Amino acid sequence: MNAAAPAAHPLAPEARVVRGRDLAGLLLALLLAAAPHALRAPWWLTVLTLALYGWRIAVLFNRRELPRHAYILLIAFAAMAGVWMEYRMLFGRIPGITLLVLFSGLKVLETRTHRDVVVAAFLCCFLIITNFLFVQDIPAALLMVAAIFAITVTLVGCNAPGRSMRTDLRTAGVLLAQAAPVALILFLLFPRVQGPMWGLPQDSRIGVTGLSDTMSPGNVSEVALSDALAFRADFGGELPTPRQRYWRGPVMWDFDGRTWHAGPTLRRQPPPPPQGGRTYRYVMVIEPHQRQWIFALETAAQLPADSRFTLDGQILSVQPLRARVRYDMVSIADGQPDAREYASLLDRALQLPPDSNPRTAALAAQWHRESSDPVTLLGRAIDYFRSGGFDYTLEPPPLGQEAVDEFLFNTRSGFCEHFSSAFAVLMRAAGVPARIVTGYLGGDPNPMDGILTVRQSDAHAWVEVYLAGRGWVRVDPTAAAVPGRLDFGLARSVPQGSALPFLMRPQFDWLRSLRHGWDAVAHQWNLRVLGYNTARQRELMSWLGVPQADWQEMIATLVAVLGVLAFLLFAWTMQRVERTDPVQRAWLRFCEALARRGIEREPHEGPRDFAERAARRLPGAGTSIRRISALYIDLRYGRDRSRTDVEELRQRVRELKPA
Amino acid sequence: MLRAWFRGPRLLNWLYGFVPPEHGVVLLRHRRVYIVPTRAGWYCAATVALLLVGSINYALPLGYVLTFTLVGLGLVGMVQTARNLALVSVSVGRADAVFAGESAQFRLFLDNRAPFERPAVLVRHVASGVQSVVHVTARSVTEVTLGVPAPRRGQLALGRIMLETRFPLGWFRAWSYVEPDATCLVYPRPVPTPLPAVTEHATAGAARAQVPGREDFSGLRTYQRSDSPRHVAWKTFARSDNLLTKQFSGDAAVELSLEWDHLPAGLDVESRLSRLAGWVLAAHLAGSRFALRIPGQELAMARGDAHRSDCLRALALFSAQ
Repeated sequence: MNAAAPAAHPLAPEARVVRGRDLAGLLLALLLAAAPHALRAPWWLTVLTLALYGWRIAVLFNRRELPRHAYILLIAFAAMAGVWMEYRMLFGRIPGITLLVLFSGLKVLETRTHRDVVVAAFLCCFLIITNFLFVQDIPAALLMVAAIFAITVTLVGCNAPGRSMRTDLRTAGVLLAQAAPVALILFLLFPRVQGPMWGLPQDSRIGVTGLSDTMSPGNVSEVALSDALAFRADFGGELPTPRQRYWRGPVMWDFDGRTWHAGPTLRRQPPPPPQGGRTYRYVMVIEPHQRQWIFALETAAQLPADSRFTLDGQILSVQPLRARVRYDMVSIADGQPDAREYASLLDRALQLPPDSNPRTAALAAQWHRESSDPVTLLGRAIDYFRSGGFDYTLEPPPLGQEAVDEFLFNTRSGFCEHFSSAFAVLMRAAGVPARIVTGYLGGDPNPMDGILTVRQSDAHAWVEVYLAGRGWVRVDPTAAAVPGRLDFGLARSVPQGSALPFLMRPQFDWLRSLRHGWDAVAHQWNLRVLGYNTARQRELMSWLGVPQADWQEMIATLVAVLGVLAFLLFAWTMQRVERTDPVQRAWLRFCEALARRGIEREPHEGPRDFAERAARRLPGAGTSIRRISALYIDLRYGRDRSRTDVEELRQRVRELKPA
Repeated sequence: MLRAWFRGPRLLNWLYGFVPPEHGVVLLRHRRVYIVPTRAGWYCAATVALLLVGSINYALPLGYVLTFTLVGLGLVGMVQTARNLALVSVSVGRADAVFAGESAQFRLFLDNRAPFERPAVLVRHVASGVQSVVHVTARSVTEVTLGVPAPRRGQLALGRIMLETRFPLGWFRAWSYVEPDATCLVYPRPVPTPLPAVTEHATAGAARAQVPGREDFSGLRTYQRSDSPRHVAWKTFARSDNLLTKQFSGDAAVELSLEWDHLPAGLDVESRLSRLAGWVLAAHLAGSRFALRIPGQELAMARGDAHRSDCLRALALFSAQ
């Protein structure tokens, strides 16, 4: 290229000064992208960023100079110091994002040319993607689409100055509509990598509510106050009855007088499945909870992929559940469990800290003296809870160190963790092996798609006792004390007027049905969009006839497919262009037609003279011939070319032929 | 030899897909439209790479959606940028003759036979860097006028024209070269020279010119001793020390013979041509009939715009052989 380029290239972005409209589009995109972050950033930073946007707008309206770089640097350092004070670091996830929001404001403030607009537009992309670290639901996706559209309109506006807003909007719409299939193909076929490429940062677990591996008075009821989704189960038909909906989670073995601990868990081969009972096959879609537990309807009979059983019947994933996962599960409800158990475990299920909860221990000892038969003891304990006048509440009174004693003999008011803890202590003190099982009880069948939705508010804890010859038997002391809990759920079981998760309140029935509709959509979204993973991709590839595609093949296929797509798009858009001039074509046909009647155009003859001569020779067609030549001259040498004139010319030439 | 081939125009002609100059209407076929990413395009590629790494590492399905939407936009944007230039027909209109030192106004016609518009097309004269950005509407012919500097007399060939566009996203730059067969006649730069005094070579008509009119000022010539002091251009003298006489024409009856040989012997060819051009202009302005005689060519006594053009053309195309 021998282009001795002059300094200012009129199409180069750095040479074009930003207009009000470009700035408006950019600000809209940035506001859309930064809005979700504003809720997480410290308030002063949100205000500062908005002020920076506003400052730039003021500069635009008042036609003032942009602030000097020194000022911008000053603001940057001051704000970075502020972020440091807030978080005591600059490079963690939240401080990093906070700084990104701030930089968007600083970049806008120094935006002078289209080059700055381009940089800010790409900054906007990073604002969008960092939001996905927190939420990836449908509203977040819609917000992204809106922001991308705003970016596209802005870029189009920058590159086609002097057009109306409407044409820019249309061009951007066309671009995105054509880009969408490309994005879809890439989304489906781009090889997915399982697991992170390097370690996730320490603060990657943000605000996850859910069960934990300890249980102390108050911590399950705290979880139960959250409406957040725990998992969904799709039974594809008949649902288990409400009494069967026990979803097993972490099992607690060790008690220190107040808190239960899961303790070390041992893995083993799958136990023999329970005998008898009803078999359910279903699909679990578990929300990420950053732990290894895979919840399953009791009792799981089959192990899903990449997971292990523990000795106490939990299922543990090999990797923590960092993303939403889908499992195919088989469970047998109301079956007969395996009756065998290790003696060491039974011993562990009898341990109690010495000298704790003495009154409970005394009560159990008294029962034991009256009868040492475990079944009788179990019956007495259940009776004790059923007739003891216990209150079921989400707001239990605080308990001290001797938590079980205080609950059983003083407050008599608590949530499932109080009931199960007290029951297990009673059983252990009476010499019956017992352990705590935490998990979820219940589930809300969605009338839209029949999928069972289980929320954190369904969190529950119950007890298993070991009876010789029968194995571990589930006992739910909460159900004994509050019979409605099992059949009617939490909302009808706690007294009227007590605190309930928002959506469980009966007066919001209409809201709940709205929620059901939304839930059904969100579930499909989770399954199809967010749940699209390596396994799904493999299924798709084998459906496409390439079952064992490795990633090199997939990349090669992708590149080929996209190349063909681009070529087809180009060919399609270009086939609408007339290669030869229709006017010239019509004129040549006209000359041929006349030549056939012996009137040949002389090389020196202009169209006007030629037509005049022809018109004199063919008086019948004279008017038409003169009109043709006038049209031709107009179209060929005139300024504007109207579609109707071209049509008339072609029409007249066609009519001339047969005559 | 190979080196010469590489350096020579043939490689470029092969690369650009045509042999200059091109006659008639030039259709920009796809083969002639080149496309590369701009700096903004590379920014976009870097952004996509970072977004992709982030999406993979944090397993963000919506991150993939964002990344791949950008990739899709890039791909579609590339096609649209190429489309913005492909199959435009370029032709050049007649350029009116100019004097050396002025700029030749070449009129280019961009014929868009497509049903879509082609916004922001840069048309640049490669050699001089003269450029203009035009918006080519759908199914129409758009005219661009390039004022190409014409430093020397003779036929000025338009030379190579570059068409470039970055629409719609600015991530790609598509360009194409055309070299239409268009020239502009460049007259010698006229040097304002006092008209020669009527000489004995003058014809009978010239004799009448010895009675200059008094009504209309028609120009200046060097002072001759016989001139009336009332006609001396004193203001010019005050400025420049040249003693000049104002000339007036009563009617257009003056006949002049403008001859190569009347100019001082020491002048080179170009200076002579410049002065002759100055004479032609002055004579034309004065409304005189005049003849032009240069080596190898002689234009008979005549008057009017056509004669002026003929004379200037002869001067423009004069070659010393």
